[in-house]
Amino acid sequence: MTTAATFRIEYQQFLDERGHALAPLPAFATDPAALIPFYEAMVLMRTYDAKAIALQRTGQLGTYASLLGKEAVDAGIGYAMRPEDVFLCTYRDNGVQMLRGVTMRELLLYWGGDERGSDFAGPRRDFPVSITIASQCLHAVGVAYAMKLRKQARVAVCMVGDGATSKGDFYESINAAGAWKLPVVFFVTNNQWAISVPRSTQSAAETLAQKAIAAGIPGVQVDGNDVIAVHHAVQEAMMLARKGDGPTLIEAVTYRLADHTTADDASRYRPPEEVAEAWKREPLLRLRNFLSNAGVWDKTHEEELLRSCNSEVQAAAQAYIDTPPPPPEQMFDQLYAAPAAAQAAQHAALLEHVKNHGTNHAG
Amino acid sequence: MAQITLVEAVNLALARAMNDDPEVVVLGEDVGRDGGVFRATLGLLDTFGPERVVDTPLAENLIAGMSIGMAAEGLKPVCEIQFSGFSYTTIDQIVNHAARMRHRTRGRLSCPMVLRTPCGAGIHPPEHHSESPDAMFAHIPGIRVVYPSSPRRAYGLLLAAIRDPDPVVFLEPTRLYRLFKEEVVDDGVALPLDTCFTLREGTDVTLVTWGAMVYETLQVADELSAQGVSCEVIDVATLKIMDFDTILASVARTGRCVIVTEAPHHCSVASEIAATLADQGLLTLLAPVVRVTAADIIVPLPRLERHYLPDRAQILAAIRKTLEFA
Repeated sequence: MTTAATFRIEYQQFLDERGHALAPLPAFATDPAALIPFYEAMVLMRTYDAKAIALQRTGQLGTYASLLGKEAVDAGIGYAMRPEDVFLCTYRDNGVQMLRGVTMRELLLYWGGDERGSDFAGPRRDFPVSITIASQCLHAVGVAYAMKLRKQARVAVCMVGDGATSKGDFYESINAAGAWKLPVVFFVTNNQWAISVPRSTQSAAETLAQKAIAAGIPGVQVDGNDVIAVHHAVQEAMMLARKGDGPTLIEAVTYRLADHTTADDASRYRPPEEVAEAWKREPLLRLRNFLSNAGVWDKTHEEELLRSCNSEVQAAAQAYIDTPPPPPEQMFDQLYAAPAAAQAAQHAALLEHVKNHGTNHAG
Repeated sequence: MAQITLVEAVNLALARAMNDDPEVVVLGEDVGRDGGVFRATLGLLDTFGPERVVDTPLAENLIAGMSIGMAAEGLKPVCEIQFSGFSYTTIDQIVNHAARMRHRTRGRLSCPMVLRTPCGAGIHPPEHHSESPDAMFAHIPGIRVVYPSSPRRAYGLLLAAIRDPDPVVFLEPTRLYRLFKEEVVDDGVALPLDTCFTLREGTDVTLVTWGAMVYETLQVADELSAQGVSCEVIDVATLKIMDFDTILASVARTGRCVIVTEAPHHCSVASEIAATLADQGLLTLLAPVVRVTAADIIVPLPRLERHYLPDRAQILAAIRKTLEFA
């Protein structure tokens, strides 16, 4: 027998858990001060996240999926993308959306149960949150196909979780993107848990990055708690995509520090020791240590940042709370480009009912 | 003026749309060099090139899903699912994304795509090639479902579907692909969506049908005409959003209605039409509304196929039944 092909999956990490550099840093990180915006964004994400959960717990927001522990992933990606790129996300990627220019008020509107939250003013071509797992991978293929057809130097960035890599949508997408060499980056946030199902029982694959091999595209694994590693990998992948060298699959190894959503109770299926252990590797701590060690960050900076994040998040939450609920007409508007004459009577009847009787349903 | 088949009319409309609008792209399995298994995309590759006539990997869900991505970026994808029995894997993408992209983004993004698929029984194919999923698609808010029944309507309605700013599922009656020819003028003129076509005017009974069953229904109307029974024949054509006004107005004149479809009986499009007549046309009816449908069974393999499809005798019997009521 001879060897038909051999493959290797590389793992990249620059900062250890205490924020010490393990390897020569990439160019963008050689000046530590250049990483301050990353840290600031990550703290803002965490502040927003805590506020969203508090709003949900006090009955002011619908079910919410926490991004706790994923801040390095979101900052690393958000700062690698250009405005003209297209972001296709899951429900746990609000941090990237924030960096793309979606306002926290808009994000909260969405979680608060209002479609207007997906009509964000910032990145107009970005996709709304995809709730159905991995379904957005297929859209990313189409978006990237359109970019390539038009010979544009744009890139589609598509997020999935570890659970999504079990789905056909994911496989079909990386396969087609490879076949056509499309400008798309598939990013797997491996937070170890698909709700209650651990990574170990989701797949026999040693890494999720190696799923790229079957599609004939590059696959790389990075430390998802190390913003330098994430940003570096995404930058490289986007550069390849932008110059016509096709897609990349990036797996970021991190940990879901929160419940799956506010409707979940993770203590039912995972031991507290595991979560406590994961907290030691969390992304903010190591970047803060790195910046402190480099002498570009101190307690005063930290206090000032927390103050400004709190006030920014508070203002966004208030703006969300102060937004009047959508009028019932919203249910019918935008169903089709033009209202369908044949449905006019049905629509009018429901609106008339709402006007005269409100509703006797609770909530 | 060319006499052409229905599948040639589909081909003609695709070529016309691609010629008129550079944003139109055709994608699917074997749509390129092979020209599609039914040859609906024949010649498009040579004329418009492989970037706009895209042979996809063999993955229906991908075909539907990537069409949504293309559409959001402003292209006008016309995708082909090789047989409607293979369209079931696309339903996640149609329901959860295509149908609601405009609505859930308040019009920021939209989904001007067409999903074409051959539909219905009667060509003696293998399993899963004879399905009638029209009611499944017609149940989905936010899309249109169009089902032409002649070369001319295939041409005009496909052009309309491609130009429509919202997603359209375009079902093509496989049995009629090459059954007869009709003169089609390649003038780029679309036919209206959301509109029934009254193919024959009559005074005694309204026959409502769509897709391949239009063919047999017209034959029965001819037969009855010789016997002095005047049938009005309506081709629904757009199953969603449906033009009930034309059907209600016709039944108000004739007082009788027979609905003909080859799809299974339960929860079919025929059920919806019958229910609407009960809601809004009951006082104009002289006889019960009768539905001629397939039974609630799995489409059989070809040896029994001819017993599955409603035939002229069944349509005739249903009409006779409604005529018994004075």
